[in-house]
Amino acid sequence: MITELGHFALVLALAVAVVQTIIPLIGAHKGWPGWMAVAEPAATAQFLLVAFSFGALMWAFITDDFSLKLVVENSHTLKPMLYKVAGTWGNHEGSMLLWVLILSLFGATAAMFGGNLPPRLRARVLAVQASIGVAFYIFILFTSNPFLRLANPPLNGQGMNPLLQDPGLAFHPPFLYLGYVGLSMAFSFAVAALIEGRVDAAWARWVRPWTLAAWVFLTIGIAMGSWWSYYVLGWGGFWFWDPVENASLMPWLIAAALVHSAIVVEKREALKSWTVLLAILAFGFSLIGTFLVRSGVITSVHAFANDPRRGVYILAILGFFMGGSLTLYAARASAMAAKGVFSTVSRETALVMNNVLLAVSAFVVFIGTVWPLVAELVFNRKLSVGPPFFNLAFPPFLIAAALLIPLGSLMPWKRARLGQSLRPLRGVLVLAVAIGALVWAMQTGRTALGPVGAALGAWLVAGSAVDLLTRTGRGPISTRLARLTRLPRAEWGKATAHAGMGILIFGICGVMAWQVEDIRIAKIGESFPVGQFEVTLEGVHKAQGPNYEATIADMKVTQDGQTVALLHPDKRFYPVAQMPTTQAAIQRSVMRDIYLVVGDKQANGGYAVRSYIKPFADWMWAGALIMAFGGFLSLTDRRYRIAVGARKSAATPVAAE
Amino acid sequence: MMRRLALVVALGLTPMLAAPAHAVQPSEMLADPVLEARARDISAGLRCLVCRNESIDESDASLAHDLRVLVRQRLLAGDTNQQVVKYIVARYGEFVLLKPTTTGANLILWASGPAMFLAGLGLFALTLRRRKKGDPAQAKLTAEDEARLATILKE
Repeated sequence: MITELGHFALVLALAVAVVQTIIPLIGAHKGWPGWMAVAEPAATAQFLLVAFSFGALMWAFITDDFSLKLVVENSHTLKPMLYKVAGTWGNHEGSMLLWVLILSLFGATAAMFGGNLPPRLRARVLAVQASIGVAFYIFILFTSNPFLRLANPPLNGQGMNPLLQDPGLAFHPPFLYLGYVGLSMAFSFAVAALIEGRVDAAWARWVRPWTLAAWVFLTIGIAMGSWWSYYVLGWGGFWFWDPVENASLMPWLIAAALVHSAIVVEKREALKSWTVLLAILAFGFSLIGTFLVRSGVITSVHAFANDPRRGVYILAILGFFMGGSLTLYAARASAMAAKGVFSTVSRETALVMNNVLLAVSAFVVFIGTVWPLVAELVFNRKLSVGPPFFNLAFPPFLIAAALLIPLGSLMPWKRARLGQSLRPLRGVLVLAVAIGALVWAMQTGRTALGPVGAALGAWLVAGSAVDLLTRTGRGPISTRLARLTRLPRAEWGKATAHAGMGILIFGICGVMAWQVEDIRIAKIGESFPVGQFEVTLEGVHKAQGPNYEATIADMKVTQDGQTVALLHPDKRFYPVAQMPTTQAAIQRSVMRDIYLVVGDKQANGGYAVRSYIKPFADWMWAGALIMAFGGFLSLTDRRYRIAVGARKSAATPVAAE
Repeated sequence: MMRRLALVVALGLTPMLAAPAHAVQPSEMLADPVLEARARDISAGLRCLVCRNESIDESDASLAHDLRVLVRQRLLAGDTNQQVVKYIVARYGEFVLLKPTTTGANLILWASGPAMFLAGLGLFALTLRRRKKGDPAQAKLTAEDEARLATILKE
């Protein structure tokens, strides 16, 4: 019964979305306030309906309702409760329902906080947002309906892929979707502005928080996915340039560019048409990502739900929204003349360079991802594009962007002098070069990656600190430090995010340059050296998990006779799925991770054992989280809170009556 | 050839996730650490044909195992790294190369990033110049305005 209600709610949500697309658009065109006002209650109703529908599906998973096809295919009574809940979105149909849930959530939020938007713009934004909803409701109802029943329900389900039964992965899709779908807001604002034919500072002030929030969520989502693959795949890889990963990286890069170019629109009323284009492209890449993941057109490690019919439909959605918005863009972009002028050396130029570099790096990822497809269809060549390509073609642009960050953030608007902007950075430059040289001298190996990473990291972190300090004006250092606390949160957010970027770069370079690996067959009681440590396989025993059987190894890690860690890597077997997984045992610390994996029992009685020392591995995720925190700090800046406050004070008299 | 393609396609459409990869097995490894390091290096650049976007160094598919052993056999036979790769490509096609060649149409792939960067810079420079030129023009009065101004001044 609840399932049918959930199904019905989804159909109703489609109907509401159709109304929300058409009525406010006509209202905004004709200037009828009543018709425009339909958008807000419709957006709220849509969200409530989808939320109910989603809740109904989750209920079916929690109560093991095996009359539902989706539950049978993806769940099992023995599965822990956390994964029954997370199982709601751990499959294609459910994840698409999560997609529209978040889409309608953003629509409802925009309706709620949109009080101080011009009514016409608000009506159009919500209408565009609803039109995306219409496309995806139809997609779900006709190609991926999660509410299909079975005539003969089985006694138990088929279980969930054991690899997905992990806390890191349970919450990775919601964050990623909050990011992907959050960019739909920027898209809706862009299309509404194109219909309106006007983009100004106020518009940018509205788009920026949505984009920033989407970017923060994407950052966290990507970091979680990378974190998961680090400990679950058994050799500590963290990024594979897999099409599905690329699908999340492209919108991330474009969103980062959009966040920066919207600043220029907000402060200087320049780069307007470029910013609108970026807003369209950012969501376009989200749709491309959805298409790549859901169609399985490019075979990938992650494509656990793919179906060509769905792919064609998503391609049609992509074609409609991108074709439509880009046509509108071509017709209207010329109307958005820039007001602010700036000279060749200025912060505007630095931000344009940032945009060019980020857009190009996104493009490189894009072409590398689709190239196998293009080569096969157009040139009849069956080939692969893998990590060696991306590792060569992608980093130069990002390194260039990283080099530019401290410099650009110190430049004044309109007109700058290169020498003047460089002056406060002289110390930072010396520090970065010195650290790079020191690392070069200290390392035993031959790689330039480590020193470069250390120097870049220092350049970014120290550069961000100097950036903050120069905002405190003149005077004795104590008063300047006191002023630091009173700087706008946006300044802190910017410096934090840039420093996080430096830490991320250093972590990636560190782990890639200085990893130590040891693969061997170890007998019980055997000790062997790994880097500066001595690892001993003390014993192996079996144990029973909630829905798996485990083979657990007891391993001791010592350094100079001192015990550093007792670790228990295990190998699991899930009888329902007939699948083995490995659980690496990791002792994390600031300077290095010790990463142990136990493999199969060998013929001669020993076990295959892999040991890794991964220097600075955790700096990668710390860096990513610091970046996300920087974005969050910037979101809490006063000028956004004031916008919300203004809406509240306007609303009080009504409430008092 | 066709059977292998069919296999790749079939696997590509099967709803499953790659099993945890156990990568290179201790029993496969060569005793000579220098030779083994070279083997690892080569393996990281070769694609496991039946996997999704995994190198043979990372994959635990049996085909990846066979290829790893083959690479090591060729190295023991005294091949250079290039000769080993050539040997594998001759048997399995350029599909095995994770780093695409720079021949023919692949030049587009390799050049597109730098080309787009230069195009972006050029476009930006052009816009800047046009804007600088356009600015004084905007400030100038049209002929109609001049005429009106003249009449106003006369009065």
